[in-house]
Amino acid sequence: MQWETVIGLEVHVQLATQSKIFSGASTNYGAEPNTQACAIDLAMPGMLPVLNEGAVRMAVKFGLAVNADIAHRSVFDRKNYFYADLPKGYQISQMYYPIVGRGEVSINLPDNSTRPVGIHHAHMEEDAGKSLHEDFHGQTGIDLNRAGTPLLEIVSEPDMRSAEQAAAYLRKIHSIVTYLGISDGDMSQGSMRCDCNVSVRPVGQEEFGTRTEIKNVNSFRFVEKAINTEAERQIELIEDGGTVEQETRLYDADRNETRSMRTKEFANDYRYFPDPDLLPVEIDDDYINDVRGELPELPDEKQARFTRDYGLSEADAAPLVQNQAQADYFETVAKASGDPRQAANWIMGELARLMNQNDITIDQCPVSAESLATLMGRIQDGTISTKIAKQVFEALWNGEGTTDEIIENQGLKQVSDSGEIESLVDQVLSENPEMVEDYLGEEVAKKQKKKFNALVGQVMKASQGKANPAQVNDILQSKLSKN
Amino acid sequence: MSISKEQIEQVAYLARIQISDAEKSALESKLSSILDMVDELQAADTDGITPMAHPLDATQRLRPDEVTEPNEREKFQKLAPEAENGLYLVPRVVE
Repeated sequence: MQWETVIGLEVHVQLATQSKIFSGASTNYGAEPNTQACAIDLAMPGMLPVLNEGAVRMAVKFGLAVNADIAHRSVFDRKNYFYADLPKGYQISQMYYPIVGRGEVSINLPDNSTRPVGIHHAHMEEDAGKSLHEDFHGQTGIDLNRAGTPLLEIVSEPDMRSAEQAAAYLRKIHSIVTYLGISDGDMSQGSMRCDCNVSVRPVGQEEFGTRTEIKNVNSFRFVEKAINTEAERQIELIEDGGTVEQETRLYDADRNETRSMRTKEFANDYRYFPDPDLLPVEIDDDYINDVRGELPELPDEKQARFTRDYGLSEADAAPLVQNQAQADYFETVAKASGDPRQAANWIMGELARLMNQNDITIDQCPVSAESLATLMGRIQDGTISTKIAKQVFEALWNGEGTTDEIIENQGLKQVSDSGEIESLVDQVLSENPEMVEDYLGEEVAKKQKKKFNALVGQVMKASQGKANPAQVNDILQSKLSKN
Repeated sequence: MSISKEQIEQVAYLARIQISDAEKSALESKLSSILDMVDELQAADTDGITPMAHPLDATQRLRPDEVTEPNEREKFQKLAPEAENGLYLVPRVVE
């Protein structure tokens, strides 16, 4: 039987406010334990939460970026459960009247097609603290610095049909929140976390299968793996005559499997009710328009502009705009070099390769956009060949000097002196008489061309890649035709 | 409307409250009469009325996004039964 996977994601994004959602404690990451947990965060008796305007503004900004309806009135509810890192015994969230309503994003797939994914809603809530289960004489250590950090939970519609689409959706949400500057989006630090709702159904069936929820999948790669693994488990289960149970599962990356969390049957009874400590949040059109005025150019708009103004293909523009820093880097190189297409090639080629190899992002890249443009200029003015330029680029990366210093010190300048090239050609011809014979004796034009290129290769090799290839071609051609 | 003993036990579990058998039967009648009152409220026709989120006819005041709270860890940790290396210690939470 042919199966179809149906996926919806719940993405938790930590908002980049200075202070917490309901208190004036700092949200800085990595501080000494409990030095940023104030009386409100600790749920001391008599404390009252007061909503942070910055968090509201960021939530509205996200809503506008995904063309969602912004609720003029939203309400906070209490989600009740007991856990040691949740001091109040409830999490303040928005269950019934979230601030952001229905919206939509367009995801970019590897075959360069796009697909719309619905946003069901997004709501504001507070993060919990952290439990440290290391050795504290058999006890658990609690750090409440994170308690009260503002979160935006973005809930998608079950619109995705493959793990690949889910990963593309997550990347798009990541792009949007980082472009907006409402989160640093750092999944390794937990600034962005993801729960995946997964079900399977026979292809063509209208109604959804029973879904499971995979909790806290914390990297783009694991989202794909966890979904594929879970879908396979469900298909196997059903094909063996079993049924999928609605439950919460954990993804174990080491074993590449999902495991049931085996919670008590009524553990999920959160008994939501409106938080009496907080009044309904009302925002008017002036406020919303004010936030709209702060929206930057978003990834889709930037991609459209890059294809229009720089003549890039969709395939070239899409990866460039994925993060703002990379898009800015590209624009600087494109303008300074005057050759946007080559700029894109360098960034997605050599630069991307070295960044991957060293596991760094573009803002940590040792080669500035200006130096890359200078390097491209040296190809354009004939100082070096494209091949040598890659060598210079690596040297730039390793901090061996400026483009011109490297070319000078390492003697990489392209040889365009026809006398010098002529003597190289003579040398190659006299050292390889059999290749010359072979070339002259060949009657099939295509094969002869190949043999000619082999001789060009020999000359380039003799020049250590520095000879101007066009000149080598000309000189070799004229020498051989004299023979 | 009446509430069963099992429901009382479940609600007590969710609230992490320990109650004796004697208390359970007392709660059974008290909670049932509260639910009767809720039934009466439910009978009122509320079609077309926007639910209230709060008894006060006011809206939430917003505070500017500024750090105003100093570090008072020492003071707070004196109140805690146990703390070590800046962490509050609690009975082991089994994951």
